[in-house]
Amino acid sequence: MTYALVAGVLFGLYFSLVGIGLNLVFGVMRIVNLAHGDMLMLGAFIALGVVGIAGIDPLFAVPLAFVVFLLAGLLLYWVLVPRLQGSANPEMLSIILFFGLSQVIEAVTTIFAGTSERSIQSRLLGSVFTTIKVKWFGGKAGGAGPIQILGQGFPAPWVIAAVTSLIVIALVYLYLYHTRLGTLTRAVMSRRDEALATGIDVDRVSAAAFGIGLGIAAVAGVFAPFMFGSITPAFGADATVTSFAIVVLGSLGNPLGTALGGIVYGLCYMLVQTYLSSWADLLPYVLLIVILLLRPSGLLGRRVRVA
Amino acid sequence: MPSAASRHLLFILAPLVAVFALLPGVYQNHLLLFNFVIFLILAQGVNIIYGFTGYLPFGYVGFFGAGAYGFAIMVMHLQWPAVLAVLVGGVVAVLLGLLLTPLLRLSGAYFAIANLAASLAVLHFVANPALEGITKGPYGVSLTGTFNPTHAYYAAVVVMGLTVAAVVYLKNSAFGLALQAVREDAVSASMAGVNVVKMRVIAWLASALIAGLAGGIYAWYVSVFYPDNVFSGEFSIFAIVFALFGGVATITGPIVGVIILYGIYNLIGFTTPQYFQLIYGLLIMGLVLFLPAGLVSLATRRGWNVP
Repeated sequence: MTYALVAGVLFGLYFSLVGIGLNLVFGVMRIVNLAHGDMLMLGAFIALGVVGIAGIDPLFAVPLAFVVFLLAGLLLYWVLVPRLQGSANPEMLSIILFFGLSQVIEAVTTIFAGTSERSIQSRLLGSVFTTIKVKWFGGKAGGAGPIQILGQGFPAPWVIAAVTSLIVIALVYLYLYHTRLGTLTRAVMSRRDEALATGIDVDRVSAAAFGIGLGIAAVAGVFAPFMFGSITPAFGADATVTSFAIVVLGSLGNPLGTALGGIVYGLCYMLVQTYLSSWADLLPYVLLIVILLLRPSGLLGRRVRVA
Repeated sequence: MPSAASRHLLFILAPLVAVFALLPGVYQNHLLLFNFVIFLILAQGVNIIYGFTGYLPFGYVGFFGAGAYGFAIMVMHLQWPAVLAVLVGGVVAVLLGLLLTPLLRLSGAYFAIANLAASLAVLHFVANPALEGITKGPYGVSLTGTFNPTHAYYAAVVVMGLTVAAVVYLKNSAFGLALQAVREDAVSASMAGVNVVKMRVIAWLASALIAGLAGGIYAWYVSVFYPDNVFSGEFSIFAIVFALFGGVATITGPIVGVIILYGIYNLIGFTTPQYFQLIYGLLIMGLVLFLPAGLVSLATRRGWNVP
């Protein structure tokens, strides 16, 4: 029981990281990024590349993935979004547009990487810490063993992913509430038209949010091979649905609600897997529908979007 | 001068049914023709719910799969004749539709995501090893007793005829006009005396019935299938993209969309699926960015009236 609870929280923090980028994009632009899972998948391939080519700790892939996808996001924003916003029903059409994008990404990755499952040895993650410890404090080299929490051992990658998630969520909070661009972002989130009317450069703010959203998705992707065991180009579609479940659980359009949604999801996931494993696959979908019907605005949301 | 409805029946429905009823005599690839008919049915089903009410059924395949399994269960456990079992498939889909009517309270992207989650929930429910006694779980069903592709093909043509007739009715009746009014502005429509909820539920169940019948006939035709086949997200996506490509809320749009896009699919799709996926993704993106109202908008922009 303790094991399931702690593992649930660790996974939950990671799931928050998975969802938060998606939520930022939806909150600011009212765009449904169905290619979100594919961004995760590409982030995982960056980690594979870092390990395969340079042979160093995959943690170094985190800043690399973030910067690459931040730039890619800015570029993608200027190509796709202004045209989309000009159409009759951007929210619906964005679903189809980004579905097309996810197909393109999946196809290109398959063409270059094949369909085989890939994984990274989990002891490589965090090896930079062990190296530093050995260099500075002495002691024996070797992979980090399981980390002890409340008397139970957990794989080190889970803990590292959870800690990274906490840091990223804190940074998103700082961005939204303590920077100028973040304040403008929140203004665009609450009323796009009024923000435009007050003279805020909505396009610039949205492009920044889009880039940051994709960057965070790629960072989450770096840890995906460790959290889910292995990775294939087709991983994206499942990851998208899971992300939506998490985001809707927290409340669509409120990035910090996602942190709560992720933890609730992680706990449910671990508990169901421990006690009712054959029904575990159903959980994300049923949870998503139930939450949508009972509280369409999510656990932390205001009532805004009921037909 | 005959009325618009009878002209539509005479010049669109009758030739379409005649062509597909006669084609098996001159063209050998029976399965391909059957798939064309199935996608014509599904695209028109999407047209009814998305084109006339604005709800994007991202999990439309849920009804299709439910119909297929309704058929399979009647044939496997009760040895019902195929035609009756197909009708049961339709009824099962309508029941699923009734179960999901609360989803209609959601709007826009929320509905699309919830519907997708619902279809995946039904898939995991049917494929659950715990229900092996009823649905054969993930191991698939084999219905050799009713195997009769010729009859199944003509049944599909009949359902296609009825579906197109339903769309002709929507296009030419006060009911269809009321639905479109609800789509554009539900509040104004209800003030003009339209019963919004009843209208939406009828359109929703009609489109569920259509997909369920199609699913039942599909099960009859292929006779051996797995949950992943009949709940494949491709059915939803293809049907939506075909309908959108041609242009929704018209009679001819989805027909044109299926014939052109599914034709292209069969020309290039089979040998190298990932290149096809790439082209398809690009096509979808181009469609949304440059032709959001479908092919028929090329004609309507010039002021021609497209049925």
